[in-house]
Amino acid sequence: MQSTADKGFIRRLGQLLNPLLVPFLAIVTAVILGGIIIKVVGGDPIAAYKGLVQGAFGSPSALSETAVWSTPYIFAGLAVALGFKGGLFNIGAEGQIAFGAVAAALIGYALPGWLHTSIPPYIHIPLAVGAGILAGAIWGGIPGALKAYTGGHEVINTIMMNYIALNITSYLLNGPMRDPNPLNLSARTPEIAVSARIPPIFDIPGMRVHWGFVLALLMAVVVWWLLWKTTLGFEIRTVGANPDAAKYAGINVKWIITLTMALSGALAGLAGAIEVTALNYRHELGFSTGYGFDAIAIALLGKNNPYGIILAAILFGAMRNGATRMQFLTQIPIDIISVIQALILLFVAADAIIRFIYRIRAREERVVLTRGWGG
Amino acid sequence: MDWRRFAIIALIIVVMFGTVVLIGTSQNSPLVIITSMMATTIAVATPLTLGALSGIYCERAGVVNIGIEGMMLGAAFFGWLAAIYMNTIFHYPAMPSLIVGVIAAIITGGLFALLHAVLSITFKVDQIIGGTVINILAAGITGFLNRQLFFGAGSVFHGQIPNAPGVLPTIHIPLLADIPTVGRIFEQQPIAISAILLVIITHFVLFRTRWGLRTRAVGEHPRAADTVGINVIRMRYMNVIIGGFLAGLGGAYFTLEAISSFEANMTNGRGFIALAAMIFGNWTPFGAWTAALVFGAAQALQINLQFFRELIPPQLAVLQNSYVVGLAPYLLTMLILTGIIGKTIPPAADGKVYEK
Amino acid sequence: MTANDIVLEANEITKHFPGVLANDHVSIDLRKGEIHALLGENGAGKTTLMNILYGLYKPDSGQVVLNGKSIVIHSPKDSIEAGIGMVHQHFMLIPAFSVAENIMLGDETTHAGVLDIKAVSQRVRELSHQYGLEVDPDAKVGQLSVGAQQRVEIVKTLYRNANIIILDEPTAVLTPQETEDLFRIMRQLTARGVSIIFITHKLKEVLAVADRITVMRAGRVAGTVKPKETNEPKLASMMVGREVILTVQKQPARPKDEVLRVEDLRVLDDRDLEVIRGVSFDVRSGEIFGIAGVQGNGQTQLAEALTGLRPMKNGKVIMAGKDVSGKPPRPIIETGLAHIPEDRQRHGLVLSYSVADNMVLCNYYLEPFARGGVLQQEKVDENARRLIRDFDVRTPSPYVPTSKLSGGNQQKVIVARELSRPVKLLIASQPTRGLDVGSIEYIHKEIVAMRDRGVGVLLISAELDEIMALSDRIAVMYQGQIMDVVKANEATKESLGLLMAGIKSSETAEAAAPRP
Repeated sequence: MQSTADKGFIRRLGQLLNPLLVPFLAIVTAVILGGIIIKVVGGDPIAAYKGLVQGAFGSPSALSETAVWSTPYIFAGLAVALGFKGGLFNIGAEGQIAFGAVAAALIGYALPGWLHTSIPPYIHIPLAVGAGILAGAIWGGIPGALKAYTGGHEVINTIMMNYIALNITSYLLNGPMRDPNPLNLSARTPEIAVSARIPPIFDIPGMRVHWGFVLALLMAVVVWWLLWKTTLGFEIRTVGANPDAAKYAGINVKWIITLTMALSGALAGLAGAIEVTALNYRHELGFSTGYGFDAIAIALLGKNNPYGIILAAILFGAMRNGATRMQFLTQIPIDIISVIQALILLFVAADAIIRFIYRIRAREERVVLTRGWGG
Repeated sequence: MDWRRFAIIALIIVVMFGTVVLIGTSQNSPLVIITSMMATTIAVATPLTLGALSGIYCERAGVVNIGIEGMMLGAAFFGWLAAIYMNTIFHYPAMPSLIVGVIAAIITGGLFALLHAVLSITFKVDQIIGGTVINILAAGITGFLNRQLFFGAGSVFHGQIPNAPGVLPTIHIPLLADIPTVGRIFEQQPIAISAILLVIITHFVLFRTRWGLRTRAVGEHPRAADTVGINVIRMRYMNVIIGGFLAGLGGAYFTLEAISSFEANMTNGRGFIALAAMIFGNWTPFGAWTAALVFGAAQALQINLQFFRELIPPQLAVLQNSYVVGLAPYLLTMLILTGIIGKTIPPAADGKVYEK
Repeated sequence: MTANDIVLEANEITKHFPGVLANDHVSIDLRKGEIHALLGENGAGKTTLMNILYGLYKPDSGQVVLNGKSIVIHSPKDSIEAGIGMVHQHFMLIPAFSVAENIMLGDETTHAGVLDIKAVSQRVRELSHQYGLEVDPDAKVGQLSVGAQQRVEIVKTLYRNANIIILDEPTAVLTPQETEDLFRIMRQLTARGVSIIFITHKLKEVLAVADRITVMRAGRVAGTVKPKETNEPKLASMMVGREVILTVQKQPARPKDEVLRVEDLRVLDDRDLEVIRGVSFDVRSGEIFGIAGVQGNGQTQLAEALTGLRPMKNGKVIMAGKDVSGKPPRPIIETGLAHIPEDRQRHGLVLSYSVADNMVLCNYYLEPFARGGVLQQEKVDENARRLIRDFDVRTPSPYVPTSKLSGGNQQKVIVARELSRPVKLLIASQPTRGLDVGSIEYIHKEIVAMRDRGVGVLLISAELDEIMALSDRIAVMYQGQIMDVVKANEATKESLGLLMAGIKSSETAEAAAPRP
């Protein structure tokens, strides 16, 4: 990009595709750096990436699996983005997902027993999913309320809530909620009742993509509508952009902060509930490791725009999905994906670096997403 | 630290120590139990103390650093890796290998801190996002390399994690360690001892030296510092990097002092708890150290309850469950952040980008 | 050493900021031992010029000459070395530090890196004695009065051996009496050979203290004059570029019902100190009730408490017959309150929002802007187009972010929003701070128009001229209490000034005697 012709071309391109340009270049740069890392540790980057793309998009079942992987990412990405819009940094999606999953699993396997009757799916599914949403909302709402009413910073509190959730789920899945099947050796719940299961879209073996994926896409539309078309969304955005002005305008800032975190937690809880009711049919310890942090990267990559988040989540889902085939073909550990995703996050967060590398002038104003301890 | 807070801290520690003393009294004398718990407390408080000191340097200069967790994790891994390479591949004896490991850990912390400084000071990235980037990057890199270097194609270790050169030796502090029973407290490993020394040094640097005055000025009112000719950007960079070195030393504790192996995400939130200690200690070294000791005591409680597991009476059966007892540090952190135990005031310009 | 020795000269200084030509070939010179006033409106380029002399900005072109030699000032360090000291409008002091720590910062006395606070305190005492500037080196700056902080700033420059001192709007935060005290200090400094550049927009002050006056307008020098050769109206027209009406045209007030009644109000500040200490007053519809006082005597917290932004500790607030004590902002707004907040960018606007969204900030949830919790964007836009026209807001469209507007137009967005709603009471805090003369005149006119439509107006301002020009009754606040309430047509600047300094009329006789 040293020649002036190139520079001019890139600048014109930038004007056309400005909103997509920086995220795109961030991905490209991260992929190139990831390739260099693969090369340095003695792998073949071209073969690795070929395997990755094949594994993600190479067949109908690969596409289906990419959609399956993307589903929790969309929910969790929306959760983090909703928090950001309200000026809150929810690093606790991990714990909220886990609690959503535990609650959905509990209602899924235990409710028929408690009621001594079978339950029709159109009641059981909403109850199980609703329990997951509620659990996530509570788990997100607690740090929200602490932030609003005591000033305890949500960043540290949501992280603490992650560890607390991990301890409590470990306790539950090793104790009261452990699958009593004598053949079971792992920390997991019993399978949920058939009546609590969300069916796959296609009745074809190996095509696991389920209606939860469609729900995730719908949820992006709902979040967009909520944020931009309703008075509640106006309030959330105002609190996020300028809490002092929000207070001046008569908005109940403390309540909105609590509510935003609860809604954010609810979306994350939904991610966990859908994983249980539509995919795994049980909750198992350690299944959601890393979703919470990936969700931050997805929210930032999607620029907190619900539609951008769909694209970012599908990208991350595809990478996770394709990684298995990549590892099978090239023996490059799946973990390289975490490195590439971290690099994407790095370049998206510090888009100034990307602008610097590719000589793109900034057009948008910097947006403050979070505030220090004082605020 | 005011009286009320001091009393509450004392109360928390007494309750935690008292619980163990009551449970273990049929097996060991209270003095032995208390001594052993204190020794454990000081040891396990080490990474928290160093992490909190790291935070103090950064935040006193006005840069919020939630990347301490990642810096410690990265340092734990690369310090350990360096020690293994020295020991296994280059066949150096254990002690020099460990020292090289500690140095590598410190440098790793410094490099991650440099990245944080570039992001938050030069590129003016939201500092909390910048710290999150460090955390995610450190988790990704250590996870990948841990798998690739030992189990990947062409690994020099052929799929086997080699025996590490052990851990840093315990130092008997002369005279103090010779006291019967109580002397056990003064048998500590080098990183634990240096953490305490660094608390004293940091206090002195921060409040008695030119460097400290300028650091605090930059964190309180950078423009005022700028108008009297202090280079705000340089002061912030230097302090963030010093903070990184300290976090690096804290990371070394995990793999070179506590145990001699590495596990993915083994820092387990200690970097964040260290921040809570820093906040609770009102951004002062001694305050942070006291808070770190409270968390250390919570962990010592967990360890000791495991040890006396059989003796726990049935009506306290819940204490047998390590998952439940393990909640203590996290709940304590959240309690502290509510400010119920006493409000603290961050440096005025903490977390704010300085624009000329 | 003659009086004509030129110690500092700025030649043809030009400085651009994005979209603004802040300094356009500005030249000014300073003689040894003189007070040279730099007079101009907000945004005339005074502060930019001084920041260039102090090394905070680099000029695009032009040069700085010190004692006959051209010098380049890259940073404050260079300018300190050149003997230039600056007292900024917003003090560059660290509240958490002691006076001695603040003074030595950047020029510390150390032994092997360890601070020698004793030596510094000693030096500060010497300087304070030598120049008659009373400061205690061991006091915490955060606990000092504004006047004392200003003295610390001056000692700070002397500590660095400055012989040129720039004072940027030093009187903005002082009482008339404290201002006199500052002038005395300034004369004492010049008598010892120090040269002073005195930046201000207050005409009376330059005439009182300056040896020469340079007037700036829109980034250019409009002329340099001697106080003897000029007068207030002449200076004002040089400053603004046209004839300025120094008074506001208004009819006598016809007050009716009470719209605000405050009884024994007590309010705490952020540090839990009681800053409103038992305040009672009332405002009637159709009158402007002005609250005068030096900044920091509780006015900010008073406005915040009355509008529900800050909890009250004690007392009663009755608005339009309804008890709103301790209520949050929304029910108070719905009682019929319009509020022009003191800090427009912090409270009054969401800068990233469009002009249209900011214009419904307080009533977005009401018909017709929302129906069943869903925003009606067309109505919001329609409202914006109407207000932009009615209140002459200069903006390219209703959809641009409000941050893109000038300060005056941002304030007009707030004024338009607040005055277009059906209200009974207007609380206007520092409504014209930092604005240009045109915007000030416009906003004054609108406030008077509100009054004539029967709205009660509570006007809080630190500008005594503004209070006197607009108010029908004037209350003076001092240290969280109302010293006295007087009729505007009976008040004089002198009598209000004494009240602002905490001296009641019965004590006037004592106050007239020279103070220690």
